[in-house]
Amino acid sequence: MVQSIGTRLDASFAALSDPTRRGVLEQLGRADASITVLAEKFRMTLTGMKKHVGVLEQAGLVTTEKVGRVRTCRLGLRRLEDEVTWIERYRQLWDARFDELDGVVEELKRKERVDGRKKK
Amino acid sequence: MDAKRNSQPSPMKNRTAVERKSERELVVSRIINAPPHIVFEAWTKADLFQRWWVPKSLGLTLLSCELDVRVGGVYRLVFRHPAAPEGMAFHGRYLEVVPPSRLVWTNEEAGDNGQVTTVTFEERADNRTLLVMHDLYPSKEALDVGSGSTDGMDETFNQLDELLAGPGADDVDSIAARSS
Repeated sequence: MVQSIGTRLDASFAALSDPTRRGVLEQLGRADASITVLAEKFRMTLTGMKKHVGVLEQAGLVTTEKVGRVRTCRLGLRRLEDEVTWIERYRQLWDARFDELDGVVEELKRKERVDGRKKK
Repeated sequence: MDAKRNSQPSPMKNRTAVERKSERELVVSRIINAPPHIVFEAWTKADLFQRWWVPKSLGLTLLSCELDVRVGGVYRLVFRHPAAPEGMAFHGRYLEVVPPSRLVWTNEEAGDNGQVTTVTFEERADNRTLLVMHDLYPSKEALDVGSGSTDGMDETFNQLDELLAGPGADDVDSIAARSS
């Protein structure tokens, strides 16, 4: 479970590195769409869009379902949340540390000013 | 000269940025409102270091903190947490010590999967420091595991994560509930 989150994160980061794919996620966040519609929206060939959707699908960020001749794409929302959550929590940990560090360095600065004055 | 006097450290807090630079690298950065030699001091003197490394909000108790800051010197931090009353240790060795601009150390609690941490303190205008902490993992898998949870540091981070996600009195209860 834990391992798979890590592996997924990797695939997700790769998937998110491309602006078109981020755009597709944004688009699917508003509504499900077929590959044809996505290709039109992003002015791409069907083949090009299929590749992008494939990467997103592998990362678990998107799921697709073929009904008849139409492949509909929708968000795999849950996984995107994991991603954001992990990095944001890590950031919060460091943010909390640095806030405390700010306090410590302020004290050191005050001390240095006082010591400097004493020396004069 | 007068302009200088106006550049008092602003009370506004600086932003912490985290970036996964590559599949093996994680980078944390932040501007600190103090010159590098002060920030370096806070990272290398045990009595100062332990005051900020474990923010009060985390609910962790630091049992001991030993930093032998010189090349080849060893550091060891031991924490206690309601879920790990026996304590959890972080330890490693300093590879580079260059006051006041650079520190490099190993993280050995996770065995061979431990990352090498490089912290640089770069002087910026107005007596400020750009602090960059760079973690390089031996493999992509090690970072994946490190960012999830297994033993040692990873476990700790996970617990820290939980605490950060839900600070407050119910932390202990929820941990107790989970282990029961």
